[in-house]
Amino acid sequence: MEQLPAVAATRLTSPRSWRLPRVRLSALARREARQGYLFISPWLVGFLALTVVPMVATLVFTFLNMTLAQEEPLRFVGLDNYVRLAHDARVWASLGNTFKFGLIWLPVSILVPFVIALALNSRYLLGSAVMRTLLFMPYVVPFVASVLVWNAMLGEEGWLNTALQFLGWSKPPQWLFDTTFIYPGLVLIGIWGIGAGVIINLAGLRGIPTELYEAARIDGAGWWAQLRNVTVPMMSPILFYTLILGVIEVLQYFLVPLVLKNGTGEPGGTTLFYNLNLYQTFFTFQDLSYGATMAWLLFGIALVITLILFRLSRRYVFYAGER
Amino acid sequence: MRRAILTVAMSGVVIAFLSPLGYSALLSLKTEEQISQPNSPILPSDPRTFDFQGETYSVYFVPIPDGSTRELALFKKGRTQSDFIDPANPAAGTITWQGSWRTLSQPWQLAPQWGNYAEVWNDIDFPRLLFNTVGLALIGTIGTVLSCTLVAYGFARFRFPGRGALFTLLLATIFLPDAVTLIPTYTLFVKLGWVGTWLPLLVPAFFANAYDVFLIRQYLLTIPRDLDEAAAIDGASAFRILRSVILPQAWPVIVAVSIFTFVYSWNDFFGPLIYLAGHEDIQPLQVGLSHFNGIYHTKANLIQAGNIMTLLIPVILFAIFQRVFTRGIVITGVEK
Repeated sequence: MEQLPAVAATRLTSPRSWRLPRVRLSALARREARQGYLFISPWLVGFLALTVVPMVATLVFTFLNMTLAQEEPLRFVGLDNYVRLAHDARVWASLGNTFKFGLIWLPVSILVPFVIALALNSRYLLGSAVMRTLLFMPYVVPFVASVLVWNAMLGEEGWLNTALQFLGWSKPPQWLFDTTFIYPGLVLIGIWGIGAGVIINLAGLRGIPTELYEAARIDGAGWWAQLRNVTVPMMSPILFYTLILGVIEVLQYFLVPLVLKNGTGEPGGTTLFYNLNLYQTFFTFQDLSYGATMAWLLFGIALVITLILFRLSRRYVFYAGER
Repeated sequence: MRRAILTVAMSGVVIAFLSPLGYSALLSLKTEEQISQPNSPILPSDPRTFDFQGETYSVYFVPIPDGSTRELALFKKGRTQSDFIDPANPAAGTITWQGSWRTLSQPWQLAPQWGNYAEVWNDIDFPRLLFNTVGLALIGTIGTVLSCTLVAYGFARFRFPGRGALFTLLLATIFLPDAVTLIPTYTLFVKLGWVGTWLPLLVPAFFANAYDVFLIRQYLLTIPRDLDEAAAIDGASAFRILRSVILPQAWPVIVAVSIFTFVYSWNDFFGPLIYLAGHEDIQPLQVGLSHFNGIYHTKANLIQAGNIMTLLIPVILFAIFQRVFTRGIVITGVEK
């Protein structure tokens, strides 16, 4: 084989050493940047047109009296929409429902996948791979179908109440028709979609270096001490990510009750969630400006909670790669 | 011992978790009569009957004075005594039994009502809904894969000012509540005359989304640069490199994103609900199903048949590609 000239050999082994003179380089860099922008342009255009502009427009709407039909002349109304919002009992009641449901749902949606993943990751479990697949499956069941399956399952003749009766609860609750049991009922429906959470937790658990457990065992740590001092800290970034996404999701929660109760808020107004209220303000009453004001309140709340959680995360979340 | 306890407990969890599917499937195959009877069997069944001399007779459990119970067909009903015939030996004539036949219970026989599916198929015009669902999912998937691949390539292979900030911004959109952009977007689509068409659902797919860009970018970063640098030296354009060098190596992630997007699009309910309300001929399955539930909510068997028909295709896709699903979720959920 012909020997490559020395210059060419250096070029191949260390690409950074054959940089072109400085002027040419910046021209190349500019070309590269131009191409980069070109390739990301679909997202840039979409981001501007479908996110930034609508966000600003939503904010502008809050200071107007815009409706879809616009029968009154469009005018600037200052803070009228915000004043109305502050005194709107329905808004605060629906926000209260969202928070109440969130306080029940969030711990469940974080703990249940974590505990199931712990079990699936245990060396004492047989058939873990099959179980993982089966537990994930309901995640792909189309949303409306899963809600209607559960509507039957939680009914009077449904298997849940049959099982509860068998266990000795002679008059089990009418889950979806009882103001006390509606949120637990909705939580049961929600649990069906935890498959993704299980997978994420499981991947996180598998990523924890085994040396850490070995070191803990040498120090005499039992199962609980290992869980507390190794697993939970190592999993905290994933639990935190799940929490943040869960908060954003639960603040927008309303589709399940929309399908179940056709947006009536039954039983007793408990399923009138904030986003359902927003959706009805916008689609049913076609009050764009007031809907926009509600949307900005939701955005503000989401932002504040997220920022608080990020602040807290500095103390409670452990990032192994960082110092 | 530990192994047995944990395995049994987790099997119980899995069975409980999947039991709603079983309940739905069984309900979908029952008759309305069976559903309305509290003590009917779990499996879809009919009360057993016996055909004799051109007539159909119901079969009952009849206690015989000698202490045994026989399955006999009720031939002639009476208030205090009834005549039965033995289906095993009808020629032997009638057997008279003292007591009210109404107190007797009936044996059931397995009788899945596949006709429920046919009924739903026709009632909701399933083929049309299926066509709409697949059409929306396919076009949406094409748009998503095309745009996300281009954008991910841009973020993975080119250096440009603001790249880090823009990528952070892209990821931040995951945390943005939809409501804050929905109202002007909807209003815009109304003004454009797009509401009542597929356009509001399909056009945004061509402008990339954070999850899929992230997924593809992560994969592209693992592809060595040697080949595309060699192609660049040979004078290949950036687009040519993407097509001839990157894509042939990136097909696993492209397949993953395609299947993901297809199933997500299949599951999208809110978008079609708001943009296609009232346009029944172009709605996808889920909207049709929700509408069907509004009309037929008393017919649990038909509702569940509709459910099973709607969930079957995504579940089958998942069963085939379950590794792809798990991998994609791990990348977007853990590596971010």
